Amino acid sequence: MRRAGRRAAAVAVWALPAAFLAVFFLYPVGTILFEGLDGRGLDRLVELGGRASFRSVAWFTLWQAVASTVLTVLVALPGAHLLARRRFRGKALLRAVTTVPFVLPTVVVGGAFLAVFERLGLDDGPLRLTRTAGAILVAHVFFNVAVVLRTVGTFWEGLDPRADEQARVLGATPWQAFRWVTWPALRPAVAAAASIVFLFCFTSFGVVLVLGGPARATLETEVWRHAVSRGDLASATAVALVQLAAVVAAVVASNHLQRRRAVVQRPVRRVPLPRAGRGLLAGNLSLLAAVLGLPVVVLVERSLRQLGGGSGGGWSGGWTLGHYAALADRVNLLPVSALEALGNSLLFAVVAGGVATVVGGLAAVVVVHGRRAVARAFDLGMMLPLGVSAVTLGFGMLLALDEPPLDLRSSRWLVPVAHSLVGVPFVMRTVVPTLRSVDQRLREAASTLGASPARVRREVDCPLALRALAVGAAFSVAVSLGEFGATSFLPRHPDRLTAPLALFRLLGVPGGALRGQAMALAVVLMVLTAAAVLVIEGGRRGSVRGDW
Amino acid sequence: MNGAGPRVEGLAVEGLTVAFDGVRVLDGVDLSVAPGEVLVLLGPSGCGKSTLLRTVAGLERPTAGRVRWGDEDLTEVPTHLRQVGLVFQDHALFGHRDVAGNVGFALRVAGAEADVVAHRVARTLGLVGLAGFEGRRVDTLSGGEAQRVALARSLAAAPRVLLLDEPLGSLDRALRERLTDDLGVLLRRLGLAAIHVTHDHDEAFALADRIAVLGGGRIDRIGTPEEVWADPGTVHAARCLGHDNLVALDADGCCALGRLGDGPGTVLLRSDRLVLAGSGQGMAATVGAVARRAGRPVVGLLVGDLSVRVPVADGAPVPRSGDGVGLVVPAGAVVSLSG
Repeated sequence: MRRAGRRAAAVAVWALPAAFLAVFFLYPVGTILFEGLDGRGLDRLVELGGRASFRSVAWFTLWQAVASTVLTVLVALPGAHLLARRRFRGKALLRAVTTVPFVLPTVVVGGAFLAVFERLGLDDGPLRLTRTAGAILVAHVFFNVAVVLRTVGTFWEGLDPRADEQARVLGATPWQAFRWVTWPALRPAVAAAASIVFLFCFTSFGVVLVLGGPARATLETEVWRHAVSRGDLASATAVALVQLAAVVAAVVASNHLQRRRAVVQRPVRRVPLPRAGRGLLAGNLSLLAAVLGLPVVVLVERSLRQLGGGSGGGWSGGWTLGHYAALADRVNLLPVSALEALGNSLLFAVVAGGVATVVGGLAAVVVVHGRRAVARAFDLGMMLPLGVSAVTLGFGMLLALDEPPLDLRSSRWLVPVAHSLVGVPFVMRTVVPTLRSVDQRLREAASTLGASPARVRREVDCPLALRALAVGAAFSVAVSLGEFGATSFLPRHPDRLTAPLALFRLLGVPGGALRGQAMALAVVLMVLTAAAVLVIEGGRRGSVRGDW
Repeated sequence: MNGAGPRVEGLAVEGLTVAFDGVRVLDGVDLSVAPGEVLVLLGPSGCGKSTLLRTVAGLERPTAGRVRWGDEDLTEVPTHLRQVGLVFQDHALFGHRDVAGNVGFALRVAGAEADVVAHRVARTLGLVGLAGFEGRRVDTLSGGEAQRVALARSLAAAPRVLLLDEPLGSLDRALRERLTDDLGVLLRRLGLAAIHVTHDHDEAFALADRIAVLGGGRIDRIGTPEEVWADPGTVHAARCLGHDNLVALDADGCCALGRLGDGPGTVLLRSDRLVLAGSGQGMAATVGAVARRAGRPVVGLLVGDLSVRVPVADGAPVPRSGDGVGLVVPAGAVVSLSG
């Protein structure tokens, strides 16, 4: 009896994550492929390709992603240098703070930039940024600076500074030393980071929808427009297919670059870093503050300002907490109050975090302890949801889980499950290296001291894994709180509206009548996700080693 | 020197102080190295040797003091204009360039023509015994080869001062000794002012025109190898130079060997002056361990609670452990030390 129970548990360890992946990822994405590539789907694809409007959307998607990537790298490189090569007070804080934008909800960032443009008078007139490509580029830089700072900065830290010093001794100016010695060594890391940023920008949805407006559509927003606004699922499927193909190509290229990067680095002896010069520090910090800090500051300021009849976009001078109080009020536009939407989001986030922790934790056990082939299949398979865009996930679910045999779209739990698809790989990638880092001799020592295998696992592996799980769970919660792309395809129950969706609708209200409330809601969302990130940062500084 | 003489040449370091976060790593160091002279900086790890080199190269900023070449003040001159060469222990070769790309780096930075670069690279590689290595990838080189390439890379820049930061430290002993000899010959042929940093006293004696012993961020002792060996001055310097027989004296200046000083302190017994004699001569002693250094027998003698190492003279019989012998301590064998 006990033995049978144990065997059932052993099966569940791999069967549960496998079934989860199959039902909520493979089946929906497979449905897009299947319906997009059958006879009628192909016809639609060909017809779509002939349309000039579609071609301009595809072209815009590509060039905005390339331009955003180049800008992001240019803004982030000096900061990466600062973090990798200089010593200054508040470095750990800077590192943590610059990470926050990366996990801020896309709609919050969109709202923040709308506020900045308004504040700086860039929402109209000759320097108008609102509803232009420029707005999208700036917001993408905001989002992705952290990616480049992290990956390139860490790699740079690992490079031997003496190569650069040697070049200086040999007569190279600082610029020549960078150009001829540091840059060639750094290039693979920059390329890898850039490819990730490119992927994010290429699949960006919330930012484009909020800041670009109807005139600035990308493949992602086109899927949404066809499927949700116009109910034309066939066209949406065709666009989604093009998008999927492009993303897969980009992922393959990015993986290729990553692998090349992994070969280059070798450990170096730590040397004390020189203190950062005041000019370098001030220049860098003000650049980062302008790009990263300004939107946050303006957002907070706007959420605390009274709406008035005066000039300047209808904002008067007085301070107020009224917008926050108004979050509890029902407005005509929304089926529930903003506060209720926040409640939904928190509930969903907790559920998504729980699901991701269980599924990702089990998957991690399979990857570490399972047979080689199974372990590799899990390692790869569970990462797949990260390789497609949120819109693809959401649209696939809309297509596949909408009708029997699996009519789950009416279930209130589909939203958190969709959110957890992104959380699972992060949980897994955080737990696996931690479990692997456990010194095998520790386990052996425990065994020779008389501990049974189960006891060894409990005494040695579990305490470490728990911390990693907590970090992964916090990340899942942060992702879920801000998730917009997939969610925008899913809810059928109006009263299950999530906070990002509510925010999106509030931002869309013409004339800015509800702008104050929108800003207040954005601030609350921002604080919640930032809190989750700080939990992650705290955990990472401990013994948890994530691969991400 | 008065102003009418020839231009003063050579590197001078005056009152050099370097502090990191308020901790003084170097504390008022004075040094000078003439062209053609090899100064060996000897000291344990962490004594500030590398910092001194890095400051001379301009990679660290001194808190106080000056670095000069002749009467030209280099203290504020940026690294790339100082005309110094610096060779690191782990050579820091540019991994993405081949041997020629490494050795010719300085010339290309200076904007030399390609054929000039190629010519100089070939000549410099010949100088370090690596003719024909131009096309080799640096990650295929052995440790000794990589170190020669690093040296060639610095020499190709035609520096006025060559700074060598434990360049042989990562090599095995046999290779290190051979390269030490090669390096000594090369440095004298080139006539550069060179500062060579090491913690190995054998290497120091093999290379140096003068030796400076660094301790606690200060120069403990500086002089020719003979001078510093005969009179290290401080306990720290004596240890760094490889002296074995340091003897603590009590308040009356006495130890098991009798009265060797005027009061408490430490004296050095120069093992090259001590005489191992037959039983009955000098102080009665018992042979402890018998070891060999570079093939020559060295015996550890026990006199009371004191252990003294004495080399056995050429051709003399080697006593065995436990034998009773005599130890003669001539007046010139006792050197008093401070600190």
